[in-house]
Amino acid sequence: MSTIDNKTTTAADEVVYEGSSLELEGVTLAYGDVEVVRNVSLKVAPGTTTCVIGPSGSGKSTLLRGINRLHEPKSGDVRVAGRSVLKDKPDELRRRIGMVFQHFNLFPDHTALENVALAPWKVKGQSKAQARQVAEDRLREVGLGERMDHRPRDLSGGQQQRVAIARALAMHPEVMLFDEATSALDPELVKGVLRLMADLCQRGMTMVVVTHEMGFARKVADQVVFMDEGEVVEAGTPDDIFDNPQSDRLRTFLSEVL
Amino acid sequence: MEFLDNLGRTFFDVEAMAEVLPHLLQTGLVNTLVLSISATIIGVVVGMVLAVLGISPVRWVRAPARIYTDIFRGLPEILTILLIGQGFYWLSQDLFGPSPYPLGIIALSLISSAYIGEIFRSGIQSVEKGQMEACRALGMSYGRAMALVVVPQGVRRVLPALVNQFISIVKASSLVYFLGLMVGERELFRVGQDAAVLTGNLSPLVLAGIFYLIITVPLTHLVNFIDQRFRTGRRKPTGPTSGLKEVTELEDKKAVGTAS
Ligand SMILES: Nc1ncnc2c1ncn2[C@@H]1O[C@H](COP(=O)(O)OP(=O)(O)OP(=O)(O)O)[C@@H](O)[C@H]1O
Ligand SMILES: [Mg+2]
Repeated sequence: MSTIDNKTTTAADEVVYEGSSLELEGVTLAYGDVEVVRNVSLKVAPGTTTCVIGPSGSGKSTLLRGINRLHEPKSGDVRVAGRSVLKDKPDELRRRIGMVFQHFNLFPDHTALENVALAPWKVKGQSKAQARQVAEDRLREVGLGERMDHRPRDLSGGQQQRVAIARALAMHPEVMLFDEATSALDPELVKGVLRLMADLCQRGMTMVVVTHEMGFARKVADQVVFMDEGEVVEAGTPDDIFDNPQSDRLRTFLSEVL
Repeated sequence: MEFLDNLGRTFFDVEAMAEVLPHLLQTGLVNTLVLSISATIIGVVVGMVLAVLGISPVRWVRAPARIYTDIFRGLPEILTILLIGQGFYWLSQDLFGPSPYPLGIIALSLISSAYIGEIFRSGIQSVEKGQMEACRALGMSYGRAMALVVVPQGVRRVLPALVNQFISIVKASSLVYFLGLMVGERELFRVGQDAAVLTGNLSPLVLAGIFYLIITVPLTHLVNFIDQRFRTGRRKPTGPTSGLKEVTELEDKKAVGTAS
């Protein structure tokens, strides 16, 4: 395979990512007149992982969708690699930002390989052979080299989610967004996916991870953000957030989930 | 006994049937199939356009598709066929010559496209929202996501309904006889009917009916078959698997495994 964009291959299978920085400044997102995310500012340094925690309905998913403009911000600014992206074409922005969903959203009538190769081929305009090569590499990277020709329904939930991660990685994103990537998985399958996410983090990907897995947030995150009622209530290192919560809301939340 | 004889003579007069058989085969069957298949093909094309317009987020794009669909689904087939077939005769004469046959196809297509459009629309709308979302998140445009991912899935789901629609069209095609087709253009019903009137015996119509059944009954069963097939599908035998192996799977396949 070739060395492409922001990713270099050092050894046979060892991929190093060069994630970009991500900054949100006063981002507000609304459904109609209801602002469900208010004035959120956030800095994610290149190659670091930020975990977003908070109670259900606090606006975590909406915030993530605001970053790649699946939900257009009402106000505020989003910067990737230091440059505002709100004036770019949304489709072009989304090619630079990978997203992983709670329910995988794999294409059911495509094989794992086709799932991963589709966007490089049809969106990036790579040749079929190139796209296939990229897809094979990414699937091996997520441990599914033996399962490339399986359709999603012939894979476990954990394997499906890893295909979904490979699918996002195949576009060589600068930032990866995860929305409760393990919430729909059986307990014994969670670990494989979290392990993969931790790998990506280690290898330099910039990630924003919405999660209920406090263990993961504590161990892997460089920064933890606690949201409630559409606002960032507290942000800091995992130690700050978990061992030294400042607000009552965070303390209540932690006492309920830990 | 007499009753049975009567029954036999009225409905199953072999001689009368044998006489009309070649005509039914060469003219009736061919025309029925030509009418139904063309109306279905046009119906599929127009129906797909209607379906895609019908789910547009833009109201003014949706509205015409809705109105078209409401009209041609809401009118009795015979009324549409007569209105189109006779009402546009002057136009069709210039375009296609004196035969009402093309207008028959157009009328049937208007009807079938309205139904097929609804079938496609329901199929497309039954595809989980997450599919479109995943496409958009990968940087695909709305149109591309529709064409590559959403529409194919939707269409697969409604294949049985499409076959059923074809069966309806086959039956509805008999109604074009109202337009007064020329001898060589007559479809099954009209050929059978002509022969029945001529012989004063219903057997030719019964034979025409048998031809309809030969077309429709196997299709009905095909529907059940593909319905099954698409529901269960062909699966790749994987053998028993263990979720506990998933972490190992990651380690086996790649050199990097430094985290956590
Ligand atoms: N399509 C929608 N229309 C209107 N309101 C919505 C819509 N989707 C979400 N909301 C509201 O926006 C708020 C934030 O929702 P969001 O899904 O971002 O929360 P979340 O933190 O991701 O919750 P969860 O942990 O349950 O996923 C909620 O109050 C929700 O009711
Ligand atoms: Mg959510």
